[in-house]
Amino acid sequence: MNKYTEDDLKIELETKEYEYGFYTDIESDTFPNGLNEDIVRALSKKKEEPEWMTEWRLEAYRAWTQMTQPEWANVHYQKPDFQAISYYSAPKKIDANKTLDDVDPELLAMYKKLGISIDEQKMMNNVAMDIVVDSVSVATTFKKTLAEKGIIFCPISEAIKEHPELVKKYLGSVVPQKDNFYAALNSAVFSDGSFCYIPKGVRCPMELSTYFRINQAGTGQFERTLVVADAGSYVSYLEGCTAPSRDENQLHAAVVELIAMDDAEIKYSTVQNWFPGNKEGKGGVYNFVTKRGLCEKNAKISWTQVETGSAVTWKYPSCILKGDNSVGEFYSIAVTNNYQQADTGTKMIHLGKNTKSTIISKGISAGKSQNSYRGLVQIGSRAENARNFSQCDSLLMGNNCGAHTFPYIESKNTTAKIEHEATTSKIGEDQVFYCNQRGIPTEKAIALIVNGFSKEVLNKLPMEFAVEAQKLLEISLEGSVG
Amino acid sequence: MLSIKNLHARVEDKDILRGINLEVKAGEVHAIMGPNGSGKSTLSSVIAGNENYEVTEGNIYLEGEDISEFAPEERAHKGVFLSFQYPVEIPGVSVTNFMKTAINESRKANGLEEMPANEMLKMIREKSELLEIDRKFLSRSLNEGFSGGEKKRNEIFQMAMLEPKLAILDETDSGLDIDALRIVANGVNKLRSEDNAVIVITHYQRLLDYIVPDFVHVLYNGKIVKSGGKELAYELEEKGYDWIKSEN
Repeated sequence: MNKYTEDDLKIELETKEYEYGFYTDIESDTFPNGLNEDIVRALSKKKEEPEWMTEWRLEAYRAWTQMTQPEWANVHYQKPDFQAISYYSAPKKIDANKTLDDVDPELLAMYKKLGISIDEQKMMNNVAMDIVVDSVSVATTFKKTLAEKGIIFCPISEAIKEHPELVKKYLGSVVPQKDNFYAALNSAVFSDGSFCYIPKGVRCPMELSTYFRINQAGTGQFERTLVVADAGSYVSYLEGCTAPSRDENQLHAAVVELIAMDDAEIKYSTVQNWFPGNKEGKGGVYNFVTKRGLCEKNAKISWTQVETGSAVTWKYPSCILKGDNSVGEFYSIAVTNNYQQADTGTKMIHLGKNTKSTIISKGISAGKSQNSYRGLVQIGSRAENARNFSQCDSLLMGNNCGAHTFPYIESKNTTAKIEHEATTSKIGEDQVFYCNQRGIPTEKAIALIVNGFSKEVLNKLPMEFAVEAQKLLEISLEGSVG
Repeated sequence: MLSIKNLHARVEDKDILRGINLEVKAGEVHAIMGPNGSGKSTLSSVIAGNENYEVTEGNIYLEGEDISEFAPEERAHKGVFLSFQYPVEIPGVSVTNFMKTAINESRKANGLEEMPANEMLKMIREKSELLEIDRKFLSRSLNEGFSGGEKKRNEIFQMAMLEPKLAILDETDSGLDIDALRIVANGVNKLRSEDNAVIVITHYQRLLDYIVPDFVHVLYNGKIVKSGGKELAYELEEKGYDWIKSEN
């Protein structure tokens, strides 16, 4: 009699298709597959880049050819064939001078499906958005309002042309071209992304936001984000990601660099919902991302991430605490279900005196997924009185998933104080029954328990993102207790 | 209110309840006593709909409706409340948030709108005063780090908030010192009315000094072997359960 069992729930979950799994038919201008120096040159030319940029890319490409894919992460997957990927795909109908009214109606329809109608965003959310569809930034809103404060927020391709002095100075200054295999690849072929500069002493009046989305089949997306907060400034930056469902794996290798000068503060929040593959583990996005921030004196960088998507995630947003008294924070929720694999965490590199870092990581595993936290806390020899607090909690749902923690601590200074706490728990039948007995159905009970578990991190997200993140957690985990 | 007919239940392969018959009318308090392993907690779990127990025979009626096949949350929506012997912890979920979710789920199931926030706050204030609960307590994570007494008091607070028709108190006295016992029992007494019924499951007579039952039933080997008025509880206390065991 209306007995909605876990089995029913499971069936519902399995038949539920990825909510954002539609494909928009836009005429695209796509490069032939494969990567070589000519492709890099052609890409750079296509984007009308100056000579120095082309050279910078080639340098990265040459370094990349000498590197091998990293294998130390606790993930298993078929390695991408880098010669089978097209490195440039842009929606064809693009015109730099057009207004929002001229935007391809199909693109607009796609935004609508994503729930990010630009008009709505403009009016209601007080969020300036730079939307990246495949590789080219199609619409940047709020530019004017920002310009009045001297804030630059534009596609990086535009910044390369309009603000070469800034880009030249900071691009690759935190994540060098040769940093790692994927960062080198990105440096060679990044097609677009966002650039943001906050002038001295300016508090950015709104949340800046980029919405990434992979559309074209077989294309890799390599965005490059560079955020520079000049002395005493403040900015909060949001990044959201989705991709259509496809059988083949898509590659996403982004690089994000943050620079917080003296007394500046950057909050960087991500809600990542790339297609995770279907319930048999077919398809899904490979998310190999390098994110790193540099803190000068008294500066602060906070990374907050909610990772619910991607077939494979390899991501360690890090802070280099170079300046004295600088602060690094990392708040993360990583959810894996079905056959998803996530190896994610952070690096806190303490170089300056009195530097402080906090790491709160919440891993939630369900289905047959594997969820790993990997973190490094490094205290340099001159980092007097450095402090770190790390807390890694894992929540397991069912008996077929795994949670792993790999904390690394390296201290070269005896005044350092490092604390690490870790817990692993399981959603128990008794917890669910307790909620049921109070009138709360199983699905809602799980959402409640998961939200409670993730609360410390959810609280760090800007309001409008927190609501979305909570919904995502519910969608990702529906029916996965067993 | 509650009518149980020839109820048989088992967990895994073990038969635990072997033909329970029980009639509870609105306004009554029934005590169910019995030695360890007699099936007291199983009975409360089965009434609440815990799916770890399999009902092999018999029926449970709530206000004339057969609820034997209902999911636990459906029974809750119809007014069944169980105060757990061992309340579980739910980290990160405050008592207030938990209660808000529970109340609104029940309202939704009964075709009502969500309770407005001001009404909810008013209710929380009233009920916490009734049970002498410090409201700071309500923003703590549900049962996390609660003392035994706090857990039980929290159960009764939830009962007050949900206003059930039938409340089952499973060993609510276990782990309580005498002061906590008095507060909890006073709370239950304040919540008693002509429209609801209470089943008190207990091992000892002492709780019944505070919550005075109309009827006492003795459970042994999965059956009710003796029923009587409150004096039966004193008799049991005096003679011990061996008396029952030797008779059966």
